[in-house]
Amino acid sequence: MAQPTGFLSTTVGQKALMALSGLALVGFVIAHMLGNLQVFLGPEALNAYARSLRAVPALLWAARAVLLLSVVAHVSTAIRLVQRAAAARPQGYRQAHHAATTYAARTMKISGPLLALFIAYHLAHLTFPGVAMGGYIHSPTDVYANVVAGFSIPWVAGIYVVAQVLLALHLYHGIWSMLQSLGASHPRIVQPRRALAQGLALLVLAGNLSIPIGVQLGVVR
Amino acid sequence: MSDKLNLVLNVWRQKGPKDAGRFVRYEVKDISTHMSFLEMLDVLNERLLAQGEEPIAFDHDCREGICGACGVVIDGSPHGPSKRTTTCQLHMRSFRSGQELTVEPWRAAAFPVLRDLVVDRSALDRIIQAGGYVGVRSGSPRDANSIPVRKEDADLAMDAAACIGCGACVAACPNASASLFTAAKISHLALLPQGQPERRERAIAMVARMDGEGFGHCTNHGECESSCPKGISVDNIARMNREFLAAAAASRRPLGAEAKDDDGGA
Repeated sequence: MAQPTGFLSTTVGQKALMALSGLALVGFVIAHMLGNLQVFLGPEALNAYARSLRAVPALLWAARAVLLLSVVAHVSTAIRLVQRAAAARPQGYRQAHHAATTYAARTMKISGPLLALFIAYHLAHLTFPGVAMGGYIHSPTDVYANVVAGFSIPWVAGIYVVAQVLLALHLYHGIWSMLQSLGASHPRIVQPRRALAQGLALLVLAGNLSIPIGVQLGVVR
Repeated sequence: MSDKLNLVLNVWRQKGPKDAGRFVRYEVKDISTHMSFLEMLDVLNERLLAQGEEPIAFDHDCREGICGACGVVIDGSPHGPSKRTTTCQLHMRSFRSGQELTVEPWRAAAFPVLRDLVVDRSALDRIIQAGGYVGVRSGSPRDANSIPVRKEDADLAMDAAACIGCGACVAACPNASASLFTAAKISHLALLPQGQPERRERAIAMVARMDGEGFGHCTNHGECESSCPKGISVDNIARMNREFLAAAAASRRPLGAEAKDDDGGA
């Protein structure tokens, strides 16, 4: 294998890119959750929040550009690294044994692509106009009604619930791995690193799950 | 408790680097629980020799857990089931009579199998050649403590320097990454005053060589730390990443220029 010739051709550089693009996406996921929790404040609050996001088109498109770039960097680097790892061990062990790894870590290669599929579905469901859900016609301005109509259908709510579990697993290993990849291992934060990853993953899980479950239980109508 | 065991071994047999290789089943009887795993293989090899068969090739040297020469994968665990133990220090009392074990070599593209359980680990030597040293005039030995070192740094450097280069971290890693080995070598010099002049160049050159050898990347599973006979911590990998990122940010030369005069590589 050829000696790497640039920062992003080294594995450490590629992992730093995974970590930084992941950090941008984690930031978005948390902000997205906090914004969406306004669904519990009623239609006016959520729809006003949705309008405010679009108030300055330049900002909206700047944020979208950062997110799109992060997704492209995250996915393309992941594919590159997965191929590299496969080439690094062409012949596996007859008997596999795991001593330290977690379920979340082992399933990153699966939870990642499934989340990409979910994001495509999620955008089609709630953002691209004209996607009918049952008899309901999507409204470009009444976000609250779109959410309630969508999550009232049990299988739609089910897809969101499954996706949030996958997201929580991906975030748990991703956040811990991000800190490690960026070299954040000061003795004062070595112990809290796992707890931070677990805490953020559970926070996002609880916040995001509350919306489809809230609609299903009739708390949000 | 009986101190004799009967075991069934499924051992990887491969005549040479080009041979496809296969598992061969052996039954071993009356193995003393006081034997090491390598002594058990010695007993099996005596029998194979007496039967006119080729003995099983495996690496070993000091047989006291400090040289890093030995190492086989037993039931998927590099160096076997005991924590912080090399294969030569793994005793047969760790197994039950009647157990069936799978014995394989380290598996990595960068560690080609030479024969049976012996792999070529010279890729690790080439990572050291790329920068795992201190380029000073040696002269006569200095007086102890003539260069002050903080106690914490001395301890961390010593922990990293405990790496014996056996390659179990590569064998254990789902990506066959040599990150723990390279990180231990970068760390122990980066933590000490003697390592400072070449600190940046070392981090860049050793990471570049590690990648150039075809090892995988680190996905932070922690399997390496758990199978390391010296208990080297993955905190060293975070330190390697920090050292590399800081060095790449500060470097005045394009990355890779440091390795121009490097003659290593597969």
